[in-house]
Amino acid sequence: MSVRRVMGTEVEYGISVQGQPLANPMVASSQVVNAYASATVKARRARWDFEEESPLRDARGFDMSRQVADPSQLTDEDMGLANVILTNGARLYVDHAHPEYSTPEVTTPLDIVRWDKAGEQVMLDAQRRASLLPGGAPIALYKNNTDNKGASYGAHENYLMRRSTPFGDIVRHLTPFFVSRQVFCGAGRVGKGQDGRESGFQVSQRADFFEVEVGLETTLKRPIINTRDEPHADPEKYRRLHVIIGDANLSEVATYLKVGTTALVLAMIEDRFITTDLTVEGSVAALRAVSHDPGLKQTVTLTDGRKLSGIQLQLEYLDLARKYVEDRYGADADEQTVDVLARWESVLDRLERDPMLCARELDWVAKLKLLEQYRQRDGLEWDDAKLQLIDYQYSDIRPEKGLYHRLVAGGRIERLLDDRSIEDAMHDPPEDTRAYFRGRCLEKYADHVAAASWDSVIFDLPGRESLQRVPTIDPLRGSKAHVGELLDRCETAEALFTALTR
Amino acid sequence: MAQEQKQPRKSSEADEVVQTAPESDVAERKEALDSDIDDILDEIDDVLETNAEDFVKSFIQKGGE
Repeated sequence: MSVRRVMGTEVEYGISVQGQPLANPMVASSQVVNAYASATVKARRARWDFEEESPLRDARGFDMSRQVADPSQLTDEDMGLANVILTNGARLYVDHAHPEYSTPEVTTPLDIVRWDKAGEQVMLDAQRRASLLPGGAPIALYKNNTDNKGASYGAHENYLMRRSTPFGDIVRHLTPFFVSRQVFCGAGRVGKGQDGRESGFQVSQRADFFEVEVGLETTLKRPIINTRDEPHADPEKYRRLHVIIGDANLSEVATYLKVGTTALVLAMIEDRFITTDLTVEGSVAALRAVSHDPGLKQTVTLTDGRKLSGIQLQLEYLDLARKYVEDRYGADADEQTVDVLARWESVLDRLERDPMLCARELDWVAKLKLLEQYRQRDGLEWDDAKLQLIDYQYSDIRPEKGLYHRLVAGGRIERLLDDRSIEDAMHDPPEDTRAYFRGRCLEKYADHVAAASWDSVIFDLPGRESLQRVPTIDPLRGSKAHVGELLDRCETAEALFTALTR
Repeated sequence: MAQEQKQPRKSSEADEVVQTAPESDVAERKEALDSDIDDILDEIDDVLETNAEDFVKSFIQKGGE
């Protein structure tokens, strides 16, 4: 494969109720999700179907017992928290104490950007509606990953992979990539240490929160490689690689490169193309060391004795990926694969010369440039509250307040998509995965969809006593090509169900 | 300005032109850059939360994931 793969992202947004620092974030998050659901979800509100969830399944081949699991790991219990499925195939819900948006399943990096940015717009719409509720205080949402006081919340990626690929290969070849990819997809952070006890700037929001190399947890002892194994697809054929190490990106180029390069590396791992061992000694410490040097000169030591910087480690992967694409596709490589390779190379080359050359494309560089300008003009030290504020406010999703958005408005950030395309993606599903079937069903037969999830749509049909479950176990079936004409033709859910089960 | 401090040299006038032109370019570019920075900072000053210290203190999140 190339950069094409079934994949998606999930982002938990930071939340604050203005003027009420002690407000319950679970209540505020529910208000946000419910306000959007009430205003936009038609008629009956389909609930989430938890039947296929297994958050304690471990990719290494065992189940963690529910008794020893931390309560925060039991994500399959419907706690009555707000949870809706949107017509674009996405899931909008409350996870712990944050509103969260999971994109529908897509197959290209650019579509990740489209539906991930659509999620920001959904959140923006939701927060505005929640603020208008009677007695509702203004709620602000932040697309970031830490409060710099010890708490971190995630921005996860999911990649569908072949079950036949040994998990050990994934760990071996992906860990050095994850240690170093932050040089272009870090979101930048003011503060060092989980609780920000040390002042200064670092490349990544999340680096300081990772404590082990491999593991099942996501809320404690966070691992560089997460082993959660809920494929939401045929488990004989597929695994879903659940990536928890990334930062939430505002920059479209950063998201595009993060997902595009990772998809390429996964393709090489599946095809056993990587024969060199790039294993880094002490990868948890190396991850932090790379993050703590915005000059990007910090080296890490490979087990073969070489000392490479984060950029040099990425250049190793880029070189392999170029050879891989040339070997497998030659001149027939698809447009996005070629584009990801070219941008990856260009960004690494400029980062090597002077990171500031990437201020129009990468979050951490755009943020650092702004911070340095303030430091220069106002003579601020790194522990100044104003710099911390700039870090938070960079990720405020309101276009009038968010500093990322102010930079975009001033033409200082490169875009990949226009607003119209992102707005459409708030409502329309991708056309080339099962998200198309899910989204269209919710749009067309809302009154008769009782529940849905990644791998099912459940209908409540007039005249039938029991609910009727339509499994969508294959992520690539239920696309427009498969069911578009059928959905156009069937005026009722009953007609659709009859046609599907005939 | 560097240009004004420059002493006339004994070489030809053509040399002078070649020498000064790039420097004045650099000066202009730097000026444009500085005013560009001022513009963006002025704009961001307008939208930054007013009490940075209070804001930072009250930005408290629960862990997630």
